[in-house]
Amino acid sequence: MYSEKVIEHFSNPKNAGVIENADGIGEVGNPVCGDMMAFYIKVKNDKLADVKFKTFGCVAAIAVSSIVSEMAKGKTLKEAKSITKKAAAEALDGLPREKMHCSNLGAKALAEAIKDYEEKKYGKPKSATPQKKRKKPKRHITCSHCDAQNPITANFCMSCGKELNA
Amino acid sequence: MRRVYMDHAAATPVRREVIEAMLPYFDEHFGNPSTIYDMGSKIKQVIEEQRVKVAKLIGAKAEEIIFTSSGAEANNLAIKGSALAKQKKGNHIIISAIEHHSVLNSARFLERMDFEVTFLSVDEYGLVDPERLASAMRPETIIVSIMHANNEIGTIEPITELSAICREREVSFHTDAVATVGNIPVDVNGLGVDLLSLSGVSLGAPKGIGALYFRDNLRLMPLIHGGIQERGRRGGTENVPAIVGLGRAAEIAVKELPDKTNHIGELRDLLVAGIHERIEQVKYTGHPDKRLPGHASFCIQAIEGEALLFMLNQEGIYANTGSACASKALKTSPVLVAIGIPPDLAQGSIVFTLNSSNTREEVEYVLEKLPFAVERLRSFSPIWGKKTAA
Repeated sequence: MYSEKVIEHFSNPKNAGVIENADGIGEVGNPVCGDMMAFYIKVKNDKLADVKFKTFGCVAAIAVSSIVSEMAKGKTLKEAKSITKKAAAEALDGLPREKMHCSNLGAKALAEAIKDYEEKKYGKPKSATPQKKRKKPKRHITCSHCDAQNPITANFCMSCGKELNA
Repeated sequence: MRRVYMDHAAATPVRREVIEAMLPYFDEHFGNPSTIYDMGSKIKQVIEEQRVKVAKLIGAKAEEIIFTSSGAEANNLAIKGSALAKQKKGNHIIISAIEHHSVLNSARFLERMDFEVTFLSVDEYGLVDPERLASAMRPETIIVSIMHANNEIGTIEPITELSAICREREVSFHTDAVATVGNIPVDVNGLGVDLLSLSGVSLGAPKGIGALYFRDNLRLMPLIHGGIQERGRRGGTENVPAIVGLGRAAEIAVKELPDKTNHIGELRDLLVAGIHERIEQVKYTGHPDKRLPGHASFCIQAIEGEALLFMLNQEGIYANTGSACASKALKTSPVLVAIGIPPDLAQGSIVFTLNSSNTREEVEYVLEKLPFAVERLRSFSPIWGKKTAA
């Protein structure tokens, strides 16, 4: 079911543990969902000087944590942020289909740890791609006849009584 | 490497005597039992002899046994065959929330065909409350199915009390006894059941053979339509070697049962005590006393079952788990949910099922390796040490 690489990383996980006074911590998942990963990073000169993890989960979750930590160590923050779930799964010579979400968790936990570090340092995340501004959900509908504001649920204008077109 | 197999609910090795009994029926006595020449009619006779042996194991009459391809087929035939035969009388079915998938999904299938199903909840030990069954009964109820013992938590249900409620109301009662037959004494009359499923898998017979007991006057719609094999209740040429295997295994089981029950009970107690002694924050799931003798099931805090099984596998230890990660659907075992185990604790599920071939040394080996594996997984678990166990 698992590749030799997965078994190797599960049996002897690299970088398992905690960094005291970590520069950034990323936690994803929760025990109720069945998987939980915590990544700890130490940053020096914009590079990941040390990466450690703790994982509650299956064979795949532990192997993914190990490979992601290994891939990230020594990389610049920018490089580390570009580690994808696909790259993690490929580095393990593949994962069973129902375990692919584990590789997502690993990449996400590392990204969260970097984000945590950047937030502490710069006050806001320095993301590679600028985050899109979230549109405010539409709450009102404007009457095309009298320009009055009506609740989104209304079928007829409360001001002029004409039918509203959503 | 050493191999310690403690997953006998999943499969048991076929005994040498059983294999030897089966062998002549592959080539020497290969005739079709439905033919009229002696090469066939003799085989027919052999099948009837096996029926007697299987019937004897559960205190039934030979003509009350139908051979099936598995315990799952026996469960399907019991639930769907009864429901379809009785649909003029009513359309209501009652099962427990912790039934095997072959019962659960048979009931769900019928639900889509205008039958109504009540899923009876269980208490924290997995026990079905007879009063709750009594109050779930309706005039339209046609069949009730409650398993004899649960394979995941080992709890033995109060079948005699439950079946009495059904008998009063003339409703058929089925029990899935796959986990009990061959592990504890099973008597259809003592239990008061109308239908009972058993499987070769847990008896030391080959895979691919099971049987359904049905009380003689009961109506049953066949699921496999064909010839008049099994008195018209299951078409298809009989799997003669497997039937002979089941018969021989049943014969051995009758003889060895008292010793086996004692032996696996002792080993189980040793295993349970040892685990409680060596590992902290472990929950023993299922009923502490009303349970299968060779069954030990736990939920271990802060670790995940698949990872644990894998580590044990590397030490040559074979067990089972109800963890969500170990299931293809990534869903927590419905049994653990039904007995109220929180999802995070359910992840740490591990189940050992013993057989007469297991030894004290094997239990000691598990007790040596298991705490180490648990400790290692906990050493990199982010939730270990953060909260206390249930």
